[in-house]
Amino acid sequence: MLRNSSFFLTAALVLIMNGLSAQGVDMAAGMRSEGKIYVVVIVVLIIFIGLAIYLFSIDKKVNKLEKKNPK
Amino acid sequence: MGKNWWKILGVVLVSYSIVGGFLIPVPELPILNETIRNTYFHIPMWFAMMALLTYSLFHSIKYLSGFEINHDTNADQSVQVALVLGVFGLLTGMVWAQYTWGSFWTNDVKLNGTAISMLTYLAYIILRESIEDENRKAKVAAVYNIFAWVMMILFIMIIPRLNDSLHPGNGGNPAFGSYDMDNTMRLVFYPAVIGWILIGAWITNIKVRIKNIDDIQKYA
Repeated sequence: MLRNSSFFLTAALVLIMNGLSAQGVDMAAGMRSEGKIYVVVIVVLIIFIGLAIYLFSIDKKVNKLEKKNPK
Repeated sequence: MGKNWWKILGVVLVSYSIVGGFLIPVPELPILNETIRNTYFHIPMWFAMMALLTYSLFHSIKYLSGFEINHDTNADQSVQVALVLGVFGLLTGMVWAQYTWGSFWTNDVKLNGTAISMLTYLAYIILRESIEDENRKAKVAAVYNIFAWVMMILFIMIIPRLNDSLHPGNGGNPAFGSYDMDNTMRLVFYPAVIGWILIGAWITNIKVRIKNIDDIQKYA
């Protein structure tokens, strides 16, 4: 009896999941559209903005050194 | 943040060119296919390099008309940053060439001309290293820099236009004519160029300041 019910439960779940994916439920799919190119854009942006922040921190350090070594 | 606005502008413009460069539709051309998007990343390297070299020329002339060592520092450091950008331009161009022209290096006049002008500027750096006396070094380097800049314009801008070249804009084709770039592309391309020039100027600015501190400590 228990086996039977768990079998039906699993079967029902699989069916529901299948149904969900087949129906194409609306999700926040922005990052998955157009061959996921948006993911690449975000990755490149992270690298570039990361480098820019790094450059800013170097800039700040040089600023401190300039104050320590007045002309 | 008042005097840092141009650094932020550079970051914003390049970020915009990354987003726009990947996502905004481009003309569908055979052979080039999606690689036309390299226009937004490969060519700004050269524009930034040439802008920095011109900035360097300006400072070399300023140095020769007053012998202020600060102009020499500016000229020297901007050539160094320009060469780094030039190496990026060469490497990205080689990858692009391999998949569109079929070879990493072709005997294209613009390619060889660029290689020659980069060697000319490498010689500028070696020349500086070979002179001990600071003032002599600055004077000789400034005079050489004017010569190097003229060679660069000759080899990158003039000779390729007089010969057949695979690059657009040479052998009679206008580079920025409607065949090669449509108006949507310009909306990404020009901000990318300005952005990368600003980034190059920023790195130069940091290097000049480090050099100045170094000099202060050396002669203190």
